[in-house]
Amino acid sequence: MKKSYSLIDLDCANCAAKMEKNIKKIDGVNDATVSFLAQKLILDADDTRFDEILAAAVAAIHRVDADCQVKL
Amino acid sequence: MRRLTKKQRRNLIRILVSAGLLLAVEILCLTKVLPEPVYIRLPLFLVPYFLVGYDVLRKSVLGIAHGQLLDENFLMTIATVGAMAIGEYPEAVFVMLFYQVGELFQNIAVGRSRKSIAALMDIRPEEARVERDGGEAVVSPDEVAVGEVVVIRPWEKIPLDGVVIEGTSDVNTLSLTGESAPRDVAAGDEIVSGCVNGAGLLRVRVTKPFGESTVSKILELVENSQTVKSRAENAVTKFARVYTPAVVGLAVLVALIPTLITRDLHWVKTALIFLVVSCPCALVISVPLTYFAGIGAASKQGILIKGANYLEALANTDTVVFDKTGTLTEGSFRVSSVRPAAGFEAERLLAIAAAAERNSNHPIARSLAAAAGDTAEAITVHSVEELAGMGVRAVANGQTVLVGNARLLAAEGIAPPDDLGAVAGTVAYVAVDGVYAGAAVISDVCKADAAEAMRDLRAAGVRRLAMLTGDRAAVAASVAEELGLTDYRAELLPAAKVEAVERLLDEKQGTLAFVGDGTNDAPVLARADVGIAMGAFGSDAAIEAADVVLMDDKPSSIARLLRVARRTRRIVWENILFALAVKIGFLVWNLFMPNMWAATFADVGVAVLAILNASRAGK
Repeated sequence: MKKSYSLIDLDCANCAAKMEKNIKKIDGVNDATVSFLAQKLILDADDTRFDEILAAAVAAIHRVDADCQVKL
Repeated sequence: MRRLTKKQRRNLIRILVSAGLLLAVEILCLTKVLPEPVYIRLPLFLVPYFLVGYDVLRKSVLGIAHGQLLDENFLMTIATVGAMAIGEYPEAVFVMLFYQVGELFQNIAVGRSRKSIAALMDIRPEEARVERDGGEAVVSPDEVAVGEVVVIRPWEKIPLDGVVIEGTSDVNTLSLTGESAPRDVAAGDEIVSGCVNGAGLLRVRVTKPFGESTVSKILELVENSQTVKSRAENAVTKFARVYTPAVVGLAVLVALIPTLITRDLHWVKTALIFLVVSCPCALVISVPLTYFAGIGAASKQGILIKGANYLEALANTDTVVFDKTGTLTEGSFRVSSVRPAAGFEAERLLAIAAAAERNSNHPIARSLAAAAGDTAEAITVHSVEELAGMGVRAVANGQTVLVGNARLLAAEGIAPPDDLGAVAGTVAYVAVDGVYAGAAVISDVCKADAAEAMRDLRAAGVRRLAMLTGDRAAVAASVAEELGLTDYRAELLPAAKVEAVERLLDEKQGTLAFVGDGTNDAPVLARADVGIAMGAFGSDAAIEAADVVLMDDKPSSIARLLRVARRTRRIVWENILFALAVKIGFLVWNLFMPNMWAATFADVGVAVLAILNASRAGK
């Protein structure tokens, strides 16, 4: 399943790259894109565990930038 | 000022106030109004420092808590706290201040370019007037079902794809193609969402749900295009991953080794400058920002690109392969020449032929009627007889007229002139009272700008131009000759087209782009390095299969697209090389003459220049 989420207050391009790299490492993630320009997270992950994976992705985003909000 | 967001305005004020405070305190220090001791001066410098940097400090603390050691906020904090520790108070405030200037600038630039895409999103229809229960209800377009009737008032956006059932108007495709081109519509015509209605009121039966409408497809494409990354962007991101730790590592070495040996604190200063220069953000942001601007520039001209990677690949185009019908030619049949026999006039010949074919709905009859216009109406016709597979016989103004192919003439014992055998197109022969009167050649015509497009592409450095078509060899040869193409293959079935493209892929040196009209070229569009679909109006298959969608029907758009691609690539490289040169230059220079002011100024300056340069791609 592939879903897209808006990110609020994603302030730096390098942070976006770090978030993307960390999210891609989460087990069950097929592909992930964090676009600084679009201020978006596009997550392609296992259907059965999607919610769990999404929560892990949000945590990964907060670890890089605590102020960045994911609009769910 | 007014164009800034609330947050940006607040940051700008914060920067200006801190700058004023810094300047005031610095002047007081230099003029020795303030006494020397640290406990008096330091707190005064800390006021602008905290004012301008509190969010950076806060984030760096949060970053450490989350184990993000090389986070840019953390690096800035170390650099400035370090500068304070060695007594460089104004420098410390200045570094933080300028860092914020750079951030603000970057924020504004990104917001601007995002807004330019938002302007494109303006084609999204907000509401539809749908006829329900004997009245009109205003609903969101996605609540309208297929088969319902929507009313479109003058100057409104067309909310959904459909067929006009009542009314006449002209619709403008400006917002989709970038070119103002009103098109007349009347009952029975299909209209496309995203266009703007003209002066007439239209009733339209919806043929597609909003989610599958043209405007939704385009919006989806534009939105998704922002998330596809170019190879250059990925490379720079990877480089940044190495660059920051390397520079920080160097900073640690520079701080430790010479200081321990020489016991001179000025090496610590050099190390702190390394930290200031270690942030790769300018580099990381400038690449996608430039591609974003390039995609925006193309979309203003009605060229939609599905991602930065395609624009990047197009800069390297070496082979362009075209489909023929509908791509290089109009795809509609017209009388391209009239060849009257001795003693007949061209106009008269066309009028007679069109009149005799008046009741037929065959494409040949229609193109004859279109060419003859009003002149055919004055002719009275009776006793029309269809001769299957050959043509028609009729009595027009009292004369027996034959219109048909060579077999018809042969059957009637009339000798056709032999010079028409190799003509590219369909020939309609005409005989009057048993005498050969002439012929009309009906063929597809090249688009007006097709020849110019070929010249432009050659001038743009495309090494190989080729045409692949399923049409007859004679027709292909004539089109190729008219356009100055030597490389063409005719009579290809769809599978053979794919094979032909594969062969060209083996021979290419750069990028191979295939240009088709999308209806039956989907496999080839997918196989090419970059598939370009043309005339996307109403063709979902085109929008889906292609990497680039031309909203207009013009082959000359491809040369424009290549120019945008090349320009974008050049700007990307300018930025990468410029930023790297300045950063590395300062790293080296600081080993000999550490100066925090200059380093900060240069580092932020590079970022600002790179961003300004990136926005050039959007023009």
